[in-house]
Amino acid sequence: MSGTMNLLIGLAMGFSLLALASSRLPSVIRAAAFQGMILGTLPLLLEEKFHWLVVAVAIGTITVKGFIIPNLLRRALRAANIDREVEPLIGFVPSLLLGAAAIIGAAALGSELPLRPEHAKTLLVPGSFATVVCGFILLMARTKAISQVCGYLILENGIYLFGLLLINTTPLLVEAGILLDLTVAVFVIGIIVDRIQREFDTLDTRKLTSLRE
Amino acid sequence: MKEILLIALPLIFAAAAFAWPSERTRPWLLPVAGVLHSVLALWLLIDPPLLAANAWFGFDPLARAVLPMVSLLFLVCSIYGVAYLQIRAERKNRIFVTALLVMLGLLSLALQAQNLGLLWVAAEATTLVTVPLLHFNGTARAFEASWKYLLVGGTGIALSLLGSFCLGYASLHGGSSGDLTFTALVAQGAALTRPWLVTAWVLLLAGYGTKMGLAPMHTWKPDAYGEAPGMVGALLAGGTTTMAFVAILRVKQVVDAAGGGAMTERTLLAFGLFSMLVAALFLLTTPDFKRMLAYSSVEHMGILAVGAALGGAGIAAALFHVWTNGLTKGALFLSAGNIRRAAGAQTEDKVAGMAWRSPASARIFVVGILAVTACPPFGVFFSELKIILAGFQTNNFFAATAFLGCLLFAFFGMSRLVFAIVDGRPRAAARATGKQLRETPGVIVPPLLFLALSLWLGLATPPLLREAWNAAANILLPTP
Repeated sequence: MSGTMNLLIGLAMGFSLLALASSRLPSVIRAAAFQGMILGTLPLLLEEKFHWLVVAVAIGTITVKGFIIPNLLRRALRAANIDREVEPLIGFVPSLLLGAAAIIGAAALGSELPLRPEHAKTLLVPGSFATVVCGFILLMARTKAISQVCGYLILENGIYLFGLLLINTTPLLVEAGILLDLTVAVFVIGIIVDRIQREFDTLDTRKLTSLRE
Repeated sequence: MKEILLIALPLIFAAAAFAWPSERTRPWLLPVAGVLHSVLALWLLIDPPLLAANAWFGFDPLARAVLPMVSLLFLVCSIYGVAYLQIRAERKNRIFVTALLVMLGLLSLALQAQNLGLLWVAAEATTLVTVPLLHFNGTARAFEASWKYLLVGGTGIALSLLGSFCLGYASLHGGSSGDLTFTALVAQGAALTRPWLVTAWVLLLAGYGTKMGLAPMHTWKPDAYGEAPGMVGALLAGGTTTMAFVAILRVKQVVDAAGGGAMTERTLLAFGLFSMLVAALFLLTTPDFKRMLAYSSVEHMGILAVGAALGGAGIAAALFHVWTNGLTKGALFLSAGNIRRAAGAQTEDKVAGMAWRSPASARIFVVGILAVTACPPFGVFFSELKIILAGFQTNNFFAATAFLGCLLFAFFGMSRLVFAIVDGRPRAAARATGKQLRETPGVIVPPLLFLALSLWLGLATPPLLREAWNAAANILLPTP
């Protein structure tokens, strides 16, 4: 069981690197969406016996992270008529290297932290920290609002991965809260992206510079 | 029952405001909800209910020590809101009024939350509901501020979720069944697994610290406070930040009970003093009087963090400071909003002579600045004095000295800018734009009320409040 799971987590980490390395915005969105869908299937693997709540969480996650949010982002992309991240603050190769460093660091940190026996063989903790840091790099290294939103999504994916450690014990409210807030967050982000674009005729957040000391 | 009403009442009013047909009468829902909420909160302050064991939320001593302040802050702001939305009749207020009321409900929930997960959900929802408030003015600058707020605030809130998970795992690894109420976590004490506990504290402090606006995670604050309407700034500076501070105090209680007291106090002290220093430096140079209020808020968040690091007496003093700072800031934000409208600009190169353009607001602003930079007999003086005394009692001489130094520089910076905009001859721009801004009682009385409250807290601190702060401090840091 943990073998399949580790494979999927490894795949998810690969998608964070893909998002860091690609200059085309549609592929960044696709990477974030695939990562979300992979993570959505994990609760099913984690649970020994079939439980309808877990299935509901999995289906909800896959729908939101894999379809609804990427579609919203693609719509924003079409409206803004942009395709590429032209001048990132940190280049694609350096950010890829930073991402790789993050994965190594996360693996080192993960081996330092004590785990419960049932989690000891999984990559959940290093995978989660690595994904969070990759998301954070994407958030900071890019200038297009859409890439930043993707970075935020990957960051949230990492946190979701960590949440799986607790899925058996914490009440479902926390899980529901995550999904709900995530959706609302992106709705709000979508609206703002729309407004930024209308006001500034661009989705380049570097143009947002009238407020500074 | 009353504690549920504190949360439900604003939400019901929010639904009513959303459905309300008339733009002109809708703002009146704000003071009505504000009065009812304040009555409930004060009633609970005087007659606190018994807290059910393992409840997910409740009016515990910490909620009792701060929630009535948020309630009063909202009440006075809501009175201002009626006049403000009349002046700004050209903008639709359906979303604005609804979001304000939802914010009050969520703040009441977050301040009363006794469960780590519930606290996070409420904090995140508060972040989201603030966004429409920030871009009420609909300008390009307001959108920029909202975007930065969402990005920085969202990242902060994501970190605090990760931290909550780490704390949950510390408890799970330590052998609990997954009960994330604060009482259960505190009861677990030293059984919490140490490495996870440290990770959790770092992430939660960074996450909720972002929401609170501690340096260096304060970058959203000047933009948001600079562009938001004055009353929204007041509610952010006194309400949302208080919520984040309470969240940090609750987490600190858990970490302290697990034997991490030295770590929490050292980190809070470092963040607090660093925030005060950063704020003092920016206050010396900023040319914008609304952004100045944001840096002043960063400074006061630093003061709260320092207070929280100085033992039981320090925590009680910090809770006192939550009241004095929140209410004094209210006067500043509201009068600054008036001055901004009369001047048509907010930087010192474009604004001067406001003592002639908007005499009442300018006077309130000057008195408010004196109050917030700790002139006696206003409340801030006494709360900061108590924090310094707590510093000396706990032998933190260096911290207390640095604290005083930062306060001095903040005073220089703020008085410089305030007199630059109040004195002198009015600029041509102001003469053109401020066609006829009459200082109606609706926009003058609320900031005066705030000043009166600040004065009252300083001159005659009610024994009831003192008792509430000390009780909360005793719960948070039981004296051995």
